[in-house]
Amino acid sequence: MEKYVCVICGYEYDPAEGDPDNGVEPGTKFEDIPEDWLCPVCGAPKSEFEPA
Amino acid sequence: MHPVEIKKDVFWVGAVDYTSRDFHGYSLSPQGTTYNTYLVKDEKTVLFDTVKSNFIDTMLCRMSNVTELEKVDYIVCNHLEPDHSGCLPKLVELCKPEKIFCSPLGKRSMQAHYNTEGWPIEVVKTGDSINIGSRDIQFIETRMLHWPDSMVSYIPQDKLLICNDIFGQNISTTERFVDEVERAVVEHDMVEYYHNIVLPFSPLVLKTLEAIEEMGIEIDMLAPDHGLIFRGKEDVQWCFDKYREFAEQAWKKRAVIIYDTMWHSTEKMARSVAEGLESEGVPVRIMSLKSDHHSAVMTELGRSSAVIFGSPTHNNGILPEVAKMLTYMKGLRPQNRIGGAFGSFGWSGECVKALTESLTEMGFEMPVDGVKNQFVPTHDAYKKCYEMGAEIAKALKEKCGE
Repeated sequence: MEKYVCVICGYEYDPAEGDPDNGVEPGTKFEDIPEDWLCPVCGAPKSEFEPA
Repeated sequence: MHPVEIKKDVFWVGAVDYTSRDFHGYSLSPQGTTYNTYLVKDEKTVLFDTVKSNFIDTMLCRMSNVTELEKVDYIVCNHLEPDHSGCLPKLVELCKPEKIFCSPLGKRSMQAHYNTEGWPIEVVKTGDSINIGSRDIQFIETRMLHWPDSMVSYIPQDKLLICNDIFGQNISTTERFVDEVERAVVEHDMVEYYHNIVLPFSPLVLKTLEAIEEMGIEIDMLAPDHGLIFRGKEDVQWCFDKYREFAEQAWKKRAVIIYDTMWHSTEKMARSVAEGLESEGVPVRIMSLKSDHHSAVMTELGRSSAVIFGSPTHNNGILPEVAKMLTYMKGLRPQNRIGGAFGSFGWSGECVKALTESLTEMGFEMPVDGVKNQFVPTHDAYKKCYEMGAEIAKALKEKCGE
């Protein structure tokens, strides 16, 4: 599964880890994250992410 | 206005703001602040960041004592917030720099703040380095510490890290170095600054400290954009250790009670909660939001792992000062905190529920149910508040490993 990077702050979303603090289980593909999910570091929307 | 030589041919040419108490519109700076600008004279003359625009004359005067303005070759913008970039338009006009260095996101910020047409902007990324004669400047991006554009500049020959807003403090004095000021004052100002500005980015602070260690770079001077400079390896290490401590947010046996009140019932309840905490040996500070600014509360939170909120019910909700405090605190994302809620009410009584929901949403553990009391507290109500305080104290002591 592909990792994605927030272009605003550099946070890397790793599907293996997910973002459990914000309700995204480990093993969730970036594409499957809800559209209203925000970067846990800077709050940027999903549209600000690019493949790592 | 004289410059201060902080290392051979490295000068502080900033400004001290003795009178400002409003820091960026969201926090208080009770001790005033400083805007630090640094100038390095080598084959190339380089200026690092600027000051808030109303202090431009002070900065230009100090600079003129070191160099002619048109001899400034490079300007490095580590951070584009206006208190550090505000003089850029005027400086570009006066110095006609050969190059202006900033991070990729710094360029975006620069263009969004100023008319940069014709400016010789050169984007640098982590790992990029330039030579200015006998010195190199290495750039390291520190995104979201505390803006996306933030970066730091390292001069290996001087073992000097010019670190923008990281490691800063709001203080106004003629002293320029940490070792010239009483340590408890410096530490208090660091706690205040960290918990009002840097706290949400604590995971990044830990990563950055690790990265500095892994890079194995030698630093014997940390020069932030606000406040005092850390001089000598021992003080640099002290600063890093403090930042690690702030970022880790380890459990501390101390509590803060934050409240607002209408007819003093909630205030009286606050004192009973405090008695309960005290009975279990947990020190506590009571902060009235009519007396204490929300940024002062955050400073106190830097020393406290139990955070207990009190508000009466007002128009089926909580009082505006308390709502404001909760909003501010939520944005600063504190971790490892135990919470509690209490308040008086007249007829509907939503306050405790509203406070509990807000604190739970912030990730606080709520070891006991909140206490609400109709109108004026009686002995029974005081007892409930006291017991709540004692229970929170016990839960906190367990967290602290007692």
